[in-house]
Amino acid sequence: MNKPARALSLAFVLLAMLIAWSSSASAQSIALVGAQVHPVSGPLIEDGVVVIGANGRILAVGGPTLAIPSGATIIDVAGKVITPGLVDAHTGVGMVEVDSVSATRDLDRGGAHLVRASYLAADNFNPDSAVVPVTRAGGVTVVNLVPRGGLVSGQSSWANLAGAGATGGVFGPATAMHVALGEHGSAVAGGSRGATLMMLRELYDDVVFYRDNRARFDENRARPLAASRLDLGALQATLDRRMPVVFTAHRASDILAALKLAEQLGLRPIIAGASEAWQVADELARRAVPVIIDPMDNLPQRFETLGARSDNAALLARAGVPLIISTFSSHNVRNLRFYAGNAVRAGLDYSAALKAITAAPATSLTNGPANFGTLEPGKRAHIVVWSGDPFEFSTQAERVYIDGAEVSLDHRQKRLLERYR
Amino acid sequence: MLAMLAMLAILASSSGCSPAEAVVVAEPKLVEQPAQRSTNTWPPDFTRLSADLVPAARTTNPQKVLLRGATIMTAAGSTIENGDLLLVDGRIEAVSAEHLAVDDDVRVIDARGKFVTPGLIDTHSHLGVYPSPSVEGNSDGNEATDPITADIDALNGIWPQDPGFERALAGGITALQVLPGSANLVGGRAVTLELRRALSSRAMVFAGAPKGVKMACGENPKRVYGARNARPSTRMGSAAALRSAFQRARELQTVYRRHERAFNKWQDNAERKLEDRPDPPTRNYGLETLIGIMDGTLLLHVHCYRADEMVQILEIADEFDFKVRSFHHAIEAYKVRALLAERGVSVSTWADWWGFKMEANDAIVENLALLSQAGARAIVHSDSQIGIQRLNQEAAKGYHAGLAAGLELTEDDALRWITANAAWALGIHNHTGTLEPGKRADVVLWSAHPFSVYARAELVFVGGELEFDIAQNPVRPWSDFEAARDHNTEVTP
Repeated sequence: MNKPARALSLAFVLLAMLIAWSSSASAQSIALVGAQVHPVSGPLIEDGVVVIGANGRILAVGGPTLAIPSGATIIDVAGKVITPGLVDAHTGVGMVEVDSVSATRDLDRGGAHLVRASYLAADNFNPDSAVVPVTRAGGVTVVNLVPRGGLVSGQSSWANLAGAGATGGVFGPATAMHVALGEHGSAVAGGSRGATLMMLRELYDDVVFYRDNRARFDENRARPLAASRLDLGALQATLDRRMPVVFTAHRASDILAALKLAEQLGLRPIIAGASEAWQVADELARRAVPVIIDPMDNLPQRFETLGARSDNAALLARAGVPLIISTFSSHNVRNLRFYAGNAVRAGLDYSAALKAITAAPATSLTNGPANFGTLEPGKRAHIVVWSGDPFEFSTQAERVYIDGAEVSLDHRQKRLLERYR
Repeated sequence: MLAMLAMLAILASSSGCSPAEAVVVAEPKLVEQPAQRSTNTWPPDFTRLSADLVPAARTTNPQKVLLRGATIMTAAGSTIENGDLLLVDGRIEAVSAEHLAVDDDVRVIDARGKFVTPGLIDTHSHLGVYPSPSVEGNSDGNEATDPITADIDALNGIWPQDPGFERALAGGITALQVLPGSANLVGGRAVTLELRRALSSRAMVFAGAPKGVKMACGENPKRVYGARNARPSTRMGSAAALRSAFQRARELQTVYRRHERAFNKWQDNAERKLEDRPDPPTRNYGLETLIGIMDGTLLLHVHCYRADEMVQILEIADEFDFKVRSFHHAIEAYKVRALLAERGVSVSTWADWWGFKMEANDAIVENLALLSQAGARAIVHSDSQIGIQRLNQEAAKGYHAGLAAGLELTEDDALRWITANAAWALGIHNHTGTLEPGKRADVVLWSAHPFSVYARAELVFVGGELEFDIAQNPVRPWSDFEAARDHNTEVTP
């Protein structure tokens, strides 16, 4: 280490110590010592230290010289790997217990309504779901709860996977509005892509009308509108750019249609699915539009995915597109790390893959600065201690912290194992 | 001109086949030598392939190849570090811990630092019958018009242009069983293919593989038919329908045997007259499939999730004296693993799929490892056009979950889940599934340990022919459906 760097790191250590002492909670703070630390917000730290404060926030992150607050519980994690808790941007965790049992499926508002903008996925989340601890054991600490169905499916929300009795899971304001384009969008809109876009333009026309004529509407002096009062009100946040719109679109032309519509209406777009996004990577990069993909999607399973390829992730990242990797699943979200590993296998940089399941979803789907997804002082302490490379099958999550509290890695499947082993 | 000559040559060779081999015979030939008769000559197999359509008709050009210096994972108990594997004329010639001296005509491939395994085998695929694109016009996997469609054959539903085939090959798959879906109690016949480019599914048939039969119990048949207010709408209805079907098959089997005896007796009579020849009974192709299960010529694969239902199927199997070759999906197999091991029933399952229906609610990732430890043949299957591209990763999940739980398990055990055990379930274990001299040269060279997430298949040999070479990627896709795809597009999973 050269001299300025040493000085800098010393200053950092002093700062960290100051923060640690001023938090006055050092008696209950935890120091994870000796692991290889991936802060994601900065370069890899060998033989690193991560200090968790009693307030559930990260106190300090640094190298072996980082001063540990006195009274902190020191946990030796030498030889282990530490990452932020993993974040999946597009899941149904806790909204469906058993897929085929409709009474346990709350992904979809149901009914014939095409516009469900006021439908809140958060209302469906069950922190007691058996899926929650199974997912957590895979090192996933935060999921975005995404509604399905209709043309405008509703609003998604963050939930942590601390389980029952903790914070209840859901946190922060709704993260995004979800809109279906492409084959699904056209099927629900009556049979064509043009119908989908026509309905969306009419809908947004009425969002503006409703905003500007609220009083007349309340006095029943307004013309009929394209959606209900609650839905039109909910969509206002997307026009104000307080809330992004996640367009599910696969075909390159559908992605471009989403970008064009977003530009015309002044929306903040995110593209989900995006099998052919690599074909329009420059357009996406120029507008800094985040893209959520499944990196194992490489087959022309639909006509809208004829260009699907396994290096979609690598090509998007290379073009500078903010890349997010998701399982798009309810029950298999525990495999998120393997999805990232498969993206690396197909050419994505390791650090870009880790970012795509931590910081990238956290920042893209949080209005304002995200307070999780990286290991930085002041962030929520969502931390995973792995036995090795988190993308490898040989690796297990050994300790998981959510908001600073170590959570159980036990779950129903492990109980079954114990019954029958 | 050359093309015309080639055409003439093909015509000449096909007309050169003896008629007996070239056509499916509806009746046994009048053979002069009774000694040539095997048991069960009647009925002839209605799904037998014409001789000029089976894989032998392909122009084959297996190379002589030496893979030098690799870690050879044999799936036959041993792993050889820095070993040599020699492939000659489509077979494995030698597996050696010493470096082999070879002639100049052998292509030597430097495989140092890399890994070699047998070609991977998937016991449960719907490639071709549920191809990409997944559209109604191509959807041929479930003849969901009757709960028992034992007379149908997956071979007739396979679209060889499914782009999923080449993706699977790029994942190291060399053989796969394509089955009808699980809407029906008896879905029909299943076929084992070797993975190579072809214009007809007939040319993909794995030479020497017995046919399989797909049966299903549990939620699917009762959901499909129950929704139509038809039978079966309960597991009771399903069991009863299966029993009735096997009983009818047993009765027809008696009729067939009686005919066979009468026919043989007539034929053995030197003074036989044509007008005395016994008339054959009316054939029932569906029941013949069930007879094939009972006489062991067809291997039975049963889609079955719950432990209690596997027991129920074994009970019916005992009643009608047949064997189950493999339970598929078998989420709860770990609960009855001692029984499955004792009965010699293999288990084809996923590493960790769960929760999509009630009968998949008790999945545990240690299922494979527990079965293996108990001495049952555990198998990782895909049932998915995505999953089939990385069976090695699914095996790795199950292997490491087993180790983490403290179960006794070797790497070779886990490799057998996707090679030797799968070969056994399909009845092709004498041909493929391990790296042993004499076996078919179905071989994969991996860039890294196949249980690593980063490993890619670099070379895939099918019957000694190099069918996939990562260095040739990007390649022009095989499938005509992807004819317009950018030639720079890779297909590697």
